[in-house]
Amino acid sequence: MSLSLLIDIASGALLLAGCLLVVSGAVGLLRLPDFYTRTHAGSLTDAAGATLLLLGLLLQADGWQSGVRLVLIMLFLLVTSPTAAHALAQAARRDGERLPAGDDEGRR
Amino acid sequence: MSLLVLMDVSLFTLLLATALAITRLRALYEATMLTALAGLLSASLFVVLDALDVAITEAAVGTGISTVLFIAALRLTRSREAVTPRRRLWSGGAVAVLLGATLLYAAQDLPPFAEPDTPVQTNPVTQTYLHESQEDIGVPNTVAAVLASYRGYDTLGELVVIFTAGVTVPLLLLRTRRRAERDEAHAGEEGAEGGTEPGTEHGTEHGREHSAEHGAEHGAEHGTEKGAEHRSARAVVMSEYRVLRVASKVLMPFILLFACYVLFHGDYGPGGGFQAGVIFAAGFVLYSLVFGIGEVERVLPWPVMLGLVPVGVLLYAGLGVANMALGGAFLDYDTLVPGHPEEGQHYGILIIETGVGITVAAVLIAVYYSFANRGARR
Amino acid sequence: MLAAAVIALLVAMALTLVRAFVGPRLYNRLLAINVFGTKTVLFISVVGVLSGRPYIFDIALLYALVNFVSTIAVLRLTHLDELLPSSDEGTAR
Repeated sequence: MSLSLLIDIASGALLLAGCLLVVSGAVGLLRLPDFYTRTHAGSLTDAAGATLLLLGLLLQADGWQSGVRLVLIMLFLLVTSPTAAHALAQAARRDGERLPAGDDEGRR
Repeated sequence: MSLLVLMDVSLFTLLLATALAITRLRALYEATMLTALAGLLSASLFVVLDALDVAITEAAVGTGISTVLFIAALRLTRSREAVTPRRRLWSGGAVAVLLGATLLYAAQDLPPFAEPDTPVQTNPVTQTYLHESQEDIGVPNTVAAVLASYRGYDTLGELVVIFTAGVTVPLLLLRTRRRAERDEAHAGEEGAEGGTEPGTEHGTEHGREHSAEHGAEHGAEHGTEKGAEHRSARAVVMSEYRVLRVASKVLMPFILLFACYVLFHGDYGPGGGFQAGVIFAAGFVLYSLVFGIGEVERVLPWPVMLGLVPVGVLLYAGLGVANMALGGAFLDYDTLVPGHPEEGQHYGILIIETGVGITVAAVLIAVYYSFANRGARR
Repeated sequence: MLAAAVIALLVAMALTLVRAFVGPRLYNRLLAINVFGTKTVLFISVVGVLSGRPYIFDIALLYALVNFVSTIAVLRLTHLDELLPSSDEGTAR
């Protein structure tokens, strides 16, 4: 009884933290002034939030079939999401996406 | 229940907003990316509506391959939409409004969502498929049973359609060696006749975007230029995108393994030959995007690739012929294992799914090759 | 708790979508779409736990694997054209 309660609390806390990170990352993606700061907000919270959320889900998953798949999803997300963000930022730098905001529209 | 409604409504709203945003965009690369986003949204919607086979197809096709093919096609044409004159917008707008009104009117006749006594639910065919397929065919995933066994002819026809696409697109786009030689000879003649060589003109045009040395290279002879350019490009890739290369190399076997899982597990979970073929092709496309087409061609040479296109169709149709030889009807898998029709169905479905997978993967890779090669040799 | 996670993810999806719509330019949209892909994976996973069917996770797993293929495709085919040189670079923006 107490163990299941403990698991519920832990899973709830992980889910809450993950949701907080995901939403704050989305707000940062929307509100921050230029591409690089948005990358910062988007990619970091993405990886952290996804990991926390998936860990929270893992505690609630029933059966090993779900558990294995959730662990795999977490591992692959941890590989692909930062890689894509890194490649994106590097391509943007090579393509001359400049740091200060505001004059992006003019150079279309 | 209300959570389900909330998910449905909000996903539909987001999907509608995405569709409207796509129509507003003029830059076609960005519109293509938003199309991929619409694919993500509709796959989520399919998951919420419990249509897992559709969702996995949308996931594989929408993100894995169709975006890549759109972008590869855009490279060969202009990537900005031309502005339509305002007076010509009226006719299209009228058609859209008329069609929308007709659809809204027709939607009045649809039964409410999840109604238990709609024609779909009460029709005896539904009961037959859902209940008797477990005894007839013994495959837990009814969708796989319907597609591969009950409606095997349809699936064969669809496979032939895909095969036709795989034959025609490379025929249209691919430059054979003979055609490339003829074009070169043609260009040489023109260069000798006219005062300005098209080669140098080409070079300066290219040099505006890239470095000057690059442009000079382009002006050189076509045959040697490609190798040198490939080498220099490889050097750039080696130094710049190290993380991407390592991650892709790590990911590649897992993508192919997952494709095999989707293929062989299609009887039990969502998926099947088509989805597996698409995922397989997506893995190869990813590899060729990161390492260049040359690297993939070393693993999977072009003749082998083209040779694999008809293999799947032949496997599928050959199984039907084998069934006839064993004394059954065309694609009657019961005859495969005499006395055990369920086992025969299992083997039959597995064989035709493999055939579908082989042809779909080969066709998609061939189509991607022909787009990318066309771009490289222009 | 799971319902709250679903709502949070839907809110995050909507916010990301706004960034994808307003851009500006290719890279901001690409970034938003990349983040949106991760949100989709999470959303599908949460729905999978809610409905208790392990096969739903297959779709999330597939997205986790192939989501970045399209991002890489745009990067490679629009930006790093050295690998597949095309003559009409000027119009390919």
